[in-house]
Amino acid sequence: MSTDLQTHLGSPFEPHHETHEHAHPSDKLYIVTALILAVITAAEVATYFIEGFGDLNTGAQIAILFPMMIAKFVVVCGWFMHLKYDNPIFRRIFVFGLVLAVCVYMVALTSLHLFGDAA
Amino acid sequence: MSDHILTLGGVQEEQPAHDAHATSTGISNEKLAMWVFLGSDCLLFGALISTYLLLRHRSTTGPEHLRVPKDVFDIPFTSVSSFVLLMSSLTMALAVGAIHRGDIRRCRAFLATTALLGATFIGGQVYEFTAFKREGLGFTTNLFGSAFYTLTGFHGAHVSIGIMFLLSLFVMSLRGNLGPDKAETVEIFGLYWHFVDIVWILIFTIVYLIP
Repeated sequence: MSTDLQTHLGSPFEPHHETHEHAHPSDKLYIVTALILAVITAAEVATYFIEGFGDLNTGAQIAILFPMMIAKFVVVCGWFMHLKYDNPIFRRIFVFGLVLAVCVYMVALTSLHLFGDAA
Repeated sequence: MSDHILTLGGVQEEQPAHDAHATSTGISNEKLAMWVFLGSDCLLFGALISTYLLLRHRSTTGPEHLRVPKDVFDIPFTSVSSFVLLMSSLTMALAVGAIHRGDIRRCRAFLATTALLGATFIGGQVYEFTAFKREGLGFTTNLFGSAFYTLTGFHGAHVSIGIMFLLSLFVMSLRGNLGPDKAETVEIFGLYWHFVDIVWILIFTIVYLIP
C-alpha cells in the first residue's frame, strides 16, 4: 500500500523535480519597456502642469491618473519581474497578497469614512 | 556557459546555465520565498498608504501652509526622482539579463549603475525631507507630517537596504564569487528592487499627484 503510494507520490524527502528556468526578455525588450514607462510617467507629470487639472474634483483626477499608474504597475510586474513568463504560482502568490491588501484596506478606509469625506 | 535562442517577440529561451537545485515542487524555493515576502509586503505598504490617506487632511496643528499636501510638495523635483528610480529598474533588469547570459562584467556594471541610481533617489529624498524640515514640517508637527514621513521613510529604508544588497553583489562579483551559477540570486534580488519601484509608482501617484 505505502509502496504504491510512494510510487505515485515519491518520497517526501526525495526531490523529484528540477527547477525550471523560464524565458527571459531580451535587452531590447527591456529598453522598449522602460521607454513605455517613461512615456506614461511623462504623461502623469504633464497633468500637474495642465491648467485647471488641479481644480478638477478628486474623482476626475483619480479617473485620469489611476489607469496610468496601474498600467505602469502591470508593465513592471509583467516584464521586469518576469511574471508574464515565469511559473504561474508566483503570479498567484503575489496577486493574492495584492488583492488581500486592497480588499482589507478598502474595507478599513470605507468604515473610517474616507470616501464619504472626499465626496 | 548558458545558451540562448532568440525567438519571436524578442524573448530568449534560456538553457540552464548550471545544474538547477532540485525541489519537490519543481520551482525554486528561494524565489518562492521572495514572492511570498513581496506578497506580504503589499500588506505593509497598503497599511502605510491607507494611514496616509486617512490622516493627510486631518492636521490641526503646525503652520497653516504645512497642513495641506499640495502646498508642500515640489512635483518637478519628485518627478525627476521618480524617473531615476524607474530607470534603476531598467538597469537592474539588464543586470539580470547579463548574468543569465554569463556576461559578468556587464552584470557588474549594471549592478553598480542601479546602486548609483538608487543612491541618487535616496539623496533626493534626503534633500526633500531637509527642505520640508527647514520650512517647519517635522515628523511630529502634524498628522500629515507624521503619515508622510512614515510612508516615504519606510520606502526609503527599503531602497537603502536594496542598495546595500546591490553593493554586496558588486563586491561578490569583484571577488569572482558571482558567476552564472548565482544568476538566480541576482534575479531574486531584482524582484525586490522592482517591487520597491512599483511601490514608488503607487506613492508617486497617490501621495504626490493626487494631493
